[in-house]
Formats: sequence, C-alpha cells, structure tokens
Amino acid sequence: MPDLGLSVLLKGKNLARLLGGLGVALKISLISIAISLPLGIILGALMTWKNPVCRAILRCYLEIIRIMPQLVLLFLVYFGTTRAFGWNLSGELSAVIVFTLWGTAEMADLVRGALVSIPLHQYESAAALGLTRRQTYQYVILPQTARRLLPLSINLITRMIKTTSLVVMIGVVEVLKVAQQIIEANRTSSPNAAFGIYLVVFLLYFLACWPISLLARYLEEKWR
Amino acid sequence: MPEPILTVSHLVKRFDALTVLNDVSFGVCKGEVIVIVGPSGCGKSTLLRCINALEPIQGGEIRLHGERIAADNRNLSTLRQKIGMVFQSYDLFPHMTVLDNILLAPTKVQRRAKAEAKEEAMALLRRVGLSEKANSFPRQLSGGQKQRVAIVRALCMHPEILLFDEVTAALDPEMVREVLEVILDLAEQGRTMLIVTHEMQFARAIADRVLFLDGGNFVESGPPEEFFAHPQTERAQQFLKTFTFERKR
Repeated sequence: MPDLGLSVLLKGKNLARLLGGLGVALKISLISIAISLPLGIILGALMTWKNPVCRAILRCYLEIIRIMPQLVLLFLVYFGTTRAFGWNLSGELSAVIVFTLWGTAEMADLVRGALVSIPLHQYESAAALGLTRRQTYQYVILPQTARRLLPLSINLITRMIKTTSLVVMIGVVEVLKVAQQIIEANRTSSPNAAFGIYLVVFLLYFLACWPISLLARYLEEKWR
Repeated sequence: MPEPILTVSHLVKRFDALTVLNDVSFGVCKGEVIVIVGPSGCGKSTLLRCINALEPIQGGEIRLHGERIAADNRNLSTLRQKIGMVFQSYDLFPHMTVLDNILLAPTKVQRRAKAEAKEEAMALLRRVGLSEKANSFPRQLSGGQKQRVAIVRALCMHPEILLFDEVTAALDPEMVREVLEVILDLAEQGRTMLIVTHEMQFARAIADRVLFLDGGNFVESGPPEEFFAHPQTERAQQFLKTFTFERKR
C-alpha cells in the first residue's frame, strides 16, 4: 500500500478545515440554488408566453449564460465588473451572483421544456370536462410538469454543487483551496499528500452529491 | 318532431383562408344517435370540437338548450359539463389512477361528495368490465381499456349529450369491438350521442340518422338503412365504395 499521506489529515485542524471548506462550497451553492430555483420557475413559465418581446429577451439571456463558460462568467463579474463599475464584490458574493445567473437560466429552460412537453390534448380533455383554466393547471398540468421537472432539477443542483469548485480561481477559500493549502504546507514532510487529500476532497463532493442523485433516481423510478 | 336539445345553425369554421365548415346546420333531439361520416379531412372532428368550444368559430351559432356555446360565454364550464367528449388520442391524465381520472371533474368541478361519486364511478367501471382496474395507472392499460375509462370519465359528469371523436381510430383491430360495444350499450340506454367514426358497420348498427359531411357541408342525411343501401348522391356513393373491395379479373 503506497503512502497516501492521509496522516496529514489528522495533523492540527486539517480535517476540520477541509470540512469548513466544504461548508463554504455548499453555502455558495445552496444560496444560489435557493434563489435560482424559484426565479427559474417564474422565467420558465414566462418563456412559454406568446409575447414575442418577452420571449426574445429571455432567449437572449438564456443563450448568453449557457454559451459562456462558468469560469469566464466568474472572471467577468469578479474582475471585470469590479473594475468597470468600481464596486467592491467579495469572491463569495461574486460566486453567488454567477451561480444564481447560471442556475436561473438552466432552471428556466428545464421548466420551459417540461411545460411545453405536456401534450395539447391534456389541456383539451381537461377543458372538455368543464375544468376552469386554473383547475386545469392545478390538477392536470402542474402535477405532470413537476413530475418531469423534479429529477431534472435535482440533477441541476448536483451540477451546481460540483461546479462551485471553480470559485477557487477567484480566490474563494473553499474545499479545493483548503486542500491545496494543506498539501502545500506539508510538501516536504509528506510529499504524497496530494493524492490522499484530493481523494478526500473527491469523497466529500461525492458524499454531498450522491444522496441527491439517489433521490433523483428514486423519483424518476417512482414517477415513470 | 320533438324540440332539438342541441342546435347548430349556419356554422362557419375557417382555418386562415381554408373554410372547413361552410354554413352547417342541424339539430340533435334527446335520445337521438347521430353518426357523422365523411372522407378524411372533411371537418367531422372539427365540427365536434366546435360543439365543445374547443375551436373558435367564424360564423353561425351553436346552442344547447337555447344557450349559446362559445369561448366567450362565462357559463362555458357549466355547458361543457353537459357535453361529454371522448377523443381519438388517449386523453387520460397519466399521473392519476383510473379512479382519480374519473373522479376529478365530478368532485372538483361539480363539487359532489367523493363517496357518492366514487360509488357511481365503480358502478360504471363494472358496467364496462374494468372495476378491477380502478387503481391502475393509464400506462398499465391497453388502448381499448383506456378508451373505456375515458367514456366512463365522461359519463360520470352526467352529460346530456356525448360526443365521440373517432374513438377507435387509434386502436388495434381486436380492441375496437370492446369499445364499440360500450357505445352500443349507451345507445340502448337512450343516451343522446353524436358520433364521428370510420367504422361503417358500426355506424349502420347504431345510428338513428347518418349525416354525410363532404366539402364543408352535409351532402346527404337519412336513416342508416337508406344511406348505406341507397345513397342518393354521387359523392356518398363514391365514399361508400371506398369501404368495399372487388378484385378486377
């Protein structure tokens, strides 16, 4: 068994610091998720409206955000806007802004897709039974949309959690950065630690995302 | 001649420049079974959809018991409750069990007590031979079973008139019969029905009156024996010929 340098974890407060870093990553992603899910639902519903202006604006927003790599977005907000507008954004706040913009766009597209995937005859047969517009949405359309949406949005949540590892590039000290610091500090005493520590980082991400993936798979099965 | 409960007068339906129904008029009396036949694309389904205000109309009017059926009528929901409709595509709500599909409108729209509605739903399901499927989901049913549930769902609203829009057109041949037998049973009970179908044998058996729709209006109408045995117009003769086969030797 090669030395993975796992002993470094037990030195000082290393493990606690690593968990603290995971906490930062989770905090950024959970705040962004909490804002972008409801916003995405609203925008997604708006995208199904027939108003061409509203649709064009939302389409532009969606395409721009989705074409741009998240890292570029982070740089743009953290380095670009702070220079251009002279305001002072912390790394964490920049990250929350970027992940909210991105999450909202992705969620809106999922909601739009789920809404338009409900066949027209579902609306018609509800209408033919005398259901009002509101009842049609309440009992027929939205429950079906939610069933299609839930597994997809849970996948989006795990993607958002994983992608927070990019914020290391704008100087936010989250789990990956803490790992780098620990590895650097022990470079001479324990040169193999890189493998062991990154393995632990992998495990931490896995433990954060796996239960969520399981939930998505369970719901997909249940609501097939 | 009794007073018709449903009257369609001078109905005009256009899709952009295309006129699908041109000055169509007819009436349906209580207990009458009318079958509408005609070539594909002649507007049979559109006519039924207009009667339920699923399609806006460009001229004329449709009245049920004297009340105008139109998208801008504030009583539209009440009127639609009196008109049961079964579609060609399986239109059950996939996220609900058979029983919930049937009970949704009676309990939420008509606000009837669930226990009473459920009792009626189960009795109707028994009548169409599907009581053991009450708690199944639509995806677990065959096409014929789904259509029978759709018929029960419409019946449970106590409609005064039933519209059937090619309900067997998407079914495998061996499932057509089980659905048509349910509709025949409804005719025996004296239900008022307006049926669009391509099943000519069935039309002949069930109809009190056959309406032949072609080119946007009724070309011929009459009792089924006359229409099928001695069609008066050339277009009806040609149409009926498409259902018989002869080998040229």
